[in-house]
Amino acid sequence: MSDTEPLRLHVPEPEVRPGDAPDFSHVPIPKAGSVPRPPVDVDPREIRDLAYSIIRVLNRSGNAVGPWAGLLNEDELRDGLRHMMTLRAFDARMQNAQRQGKTSFYMQHMGEEAVACAFRRAMEPGDMNFPTYRQAGLLIAGDYPMVEMMNQIFSNEADPLKGRQLPIMYSAKDHGFFSISGNLATQFIQAVGWAMASAISGDTRISAGWIGDGSTAESDFHAALVFASTYRAPVVLNIVNNQWAISTFQGIARGGSGTFAARGHGFGIPSLRVDGNDYLAVHAVAKWAVERARRNLGPTLIEHVTYRVGAHSTSDDPSAYRPKTESDAWPLGDPVIRLKNHLIKIGAWSDERHTQAEAEIMDEVVAAQREAEKHGTLHSGGKPSTRDMFEGVYATMPPHLRRQRQKAGV
Amino acid sequence: MARMTMIEAIRSAMDVSMGRDDKVVVFGEDVGYFGGVFRCTQGLQQKYGVTRCFDAPINEAGIVGAAIGMAAYGLRPCVEIQFADYVYPAYDQIVSEAARIRYRSNGQFTCPIVVRMPTGGGIFGGQTHSQSPEALFTHVSGLKVVVPSNPHDAKGLLIAAIEDPDPVIFLEPKRLYNGPFDGHHDRPVTPWSKHPLGEVPADHFTVDLGQAVVRCPGGAVTVLTYGTMVHVAEAAAEESGIDAEVIDLRTLLPLDLDTIVASVKKTRRCVVVHEATLTSGFGAELTALVQEECFWHLEAPVARVAGYDTPYPHAQEWDYFPGPARVAEALSATMEA
Repeated sequence: MSDTEPLRLHVPEPEVRPGDAPDFSHVPIPKAGSVPRPPVDVDPREIRDLAYSIIRVLNRSGNAVGPWAGLLNEDELRDGLRHMMTLRAFDARMQNAQRQGKTSFYMQHMGEEAVACAFRRAMEPGDMNFPTYRQAGLLIAGDYPMVEMMNQIFSNEADPLKGRQLPIMYSAKDHGFFSISGNLATQFIQAVGWAMASAISGDTRISAGWIGDGSTAESDFHAALVFASTYRAPVVLNIVNNQWAISTFQGIARGGSGTFAARGHGFGIPSLRVDGNDYLAVHAVAKWAVERARRNLGPTLIEHVTYRVGAHSTSDDPSAYRPKTESDAWPLGDPVIRLKNHLIKIGAWSDERHTQAEAEIMDEVVAAQREAEKHGTLHSGGKPSTRDMFEGVYATMPPHLRRQRQKAGV
Repeated sequence: MARMTMIEAIRSAMDVSMGRDDKVVVFGEDVGYFGGVFRCTQGLQQKYGVTRCFDAPINEAGIVGAAIGMAAYGLRPCVEIQFADYVYPAYDQIVSEAARIRYRSNGQFTCPIVVRMPTGGGIFGGQTHSQSPEALFTHVSGLKVVVPSNPHDAKGLLIAAIEDPDPVIFLEPKRLYNGPFDGHHDRPVTPWSKHPLGEVPADHFTVDLGQAVVRCPGGAVTVLTYGTMVHVAEAAAEESGIDAEVIDLRTLLPLDLDTIVASVKKTRRCVVVHEATLTSGFGAELTALVQEECFWHLEAPVARVAGYDTPYPHAQEWDYFPGPARVAEALSATMEA
C-alpha cells in the first residue's frame, strides 16, 4: 500500500470571474525607462532578464523615458496615432456592420492597436508578415486600402479573395501580409521557412511571425522556435499576450509559469517582453529585433503584453467568463489614450485636434464603407461568381473539377 | 540511358532538378550529410552545398511548415518525411495550408512543394513502417498525389512534381526501392537492372502528372492499381492465365479517368487492387467512378483487393499483404461472375 495522498489534477483558474472585482495585482509592471537597451549583437545569455521584465517608454505622466525612447519624430508619432484611431474606427464600423447582417463575422482589435500598428512601421517594403486574425493594424499602418478590407469582409463582387474566405482572413502579398488561415499557429513556422528562404537566396528581406498567447500551446509554436534557432533564421517571432484565448485565461496555455517570452530561452533565442499598449516601446523593440534579423544575427522572440478589451469575436460574450470591467483595471491602460497624452505633453497634439481627427477618420471609414457597399454586402448586391468557387484550387483546373463545374451549370 | 534502381532514379531526379533550378532545395531528417536513411539524397549536399540540401530537426510539421513558407517566398522545396507512417504530425500543414494557400489567397501565394515519403509494406515494417496513407491525401482538394511503380516513372514523375506549380504528395513504395516485387516473398528479389523500366534517361525528362499507363494489355478484365501492387497484379494475371489489362494509375489525384473508362468499357470487368486498408480506401473512389461511368458496360460487380481493416501487423505480414494469390482469386471470381 502506498503511504502517499491520492493524486489530484491541477487545473489553473483565473484570479477572478464574473461578479468578482477585477484584480491585476499579480502582474508586476516595471517603471517606464527602467529596462536597458542592449546592442543588437548582444549575446542572448546576457539579456535573459529582459524576458522577465517589461520594456516601457511612456510613463504615467505621458513622458517618453529611458534608453528605448527617442526613435520617432513628431510626424511619425502623429501617424502612429492616426493608424491606431483608424483601426479603432474601422473595428467599430465593421462590428456594427456584422450586427446589421452585412457580414457574417468580425473580430476587433480593441486595446491591441499599438502592437501591429507600431510593429509595421519597423518593417520595410519587401519584408513579410505572417499574421493571425488580430493584426489588421499591419494593413492599416501599411496604408492598405480600407475599401479592399471591407470588400473582403462583405464577400462582395470586388472581394480580392473572390468570396472564398471567412471575413477578416485577408491576404495582401504586395503589402507584406501573408494569407491568413483559420488554423492557429500554422503561420508561425511558415514565417521561419520564409526567412530561411530569404537567407538561402542571399536576400536582405526578413519576415515576422505572429501568434497569440493561447496558440503558443500549439505544436507549431515549438516547431517555429526549433527551426528559427537551428538555422538562425532572419525572423521576428511575435507573441501577442492579450491574457485571453476566447474564454480561457492565459494560465491554461501555462502563462504565469515564467513568461511567454522566456520560452525562447530554451532555444537560445533572445527574448524581450514589451508593453504592448505603449506605441513607442513596441516600435523600439520591433526596430531592435528587425535590425538583428537584417544583420544576420538571427531570430528574436517578442512577447507583447496587452489586454483583449473586446469580445473574442462577434460570436463571443466575454461577460460569461470574466468581469465586465476588467479591461478598465488593466494596468497598462489604453494605447490610443497613452500616445495621445504623450503627444499633448510634448506639444505636438491637443484635445481639439484629437476630436477633429476622430471625426475626420470616421468620415474616411464611412466613405470607404459606402464605396465598398456599392459592390455588395454578404446578402445583398454584387457577389463573387459561382464560377470563381471552382477556380484556383490548382494552377490549372483538372478534369474532375471541370466536370463538377459543368454539372453546377457554371 | 542508364540503369538505375528506384533509389538512384529518385536521387537523379533531385540532382537534375537542383542543377537546373537553384530555387530547388531539399531537406528532411537525415537527408543532408548522411544522404537519407534510404540513400535517396546521397551526395546532394556535397554537390550543392548545405543551404540547398540539409538536415532538419525531427519535426514533420516543422519540415512541411517551413517548406510552405519557403514556397511562399518563391523557392521550390522538395522535402522528405522519413516514412509515410510519420506524416501525420504534418497533416495540418498539408491539408489546412499547403493544399489551400492558392485558393484562399486567390493566387497571391502558391505552394509548389513536393513532400516525398517512403510508403507501403512487404518489408516486415510492422505498424509504423508499412502504411499506405494515400487516401488521406486524395480526399484533400488542392493536393496532387503520385505513386510511382518503377525507376523510370519515379524519376520522370518526381521531376514533373518538382516543376509542378501545386503541392504534390509523392509516395515512394519502399518495397520497390531496390527491385520489382510481385508479392512472392519466398523467391529471391530480382534487381531493377534486370527489368526494362530500370532503364532511365540520365538527364532531364518528365512523366506527366495525371496520366495513367497500361502496363500490360489485356481483354478480359481491367485491373486498376499503383505502386507495388502493379507488379503483384501482373504476376497474378500471368499465373492465373487470365487476360487482364493492368493499369498503373501513377497519379491518383488528379486521376486519369479517360484511360480507366476506355479500358473497362473494353473488358467489361474491373478489379481494384491496393495495399492500403479497404474501408474508405482509394479503391472506394475508383469503384464508384467505374460504376458511374461504366455501369451499362459492366458484366460483373467491381471487386476490390486491399489490405484488411487492421493496423499493419508484423508477424502476419504475408497473411495481411494482398499477394498474387488473393489478386488471382479476385480475378477468377470476377471472370466467373
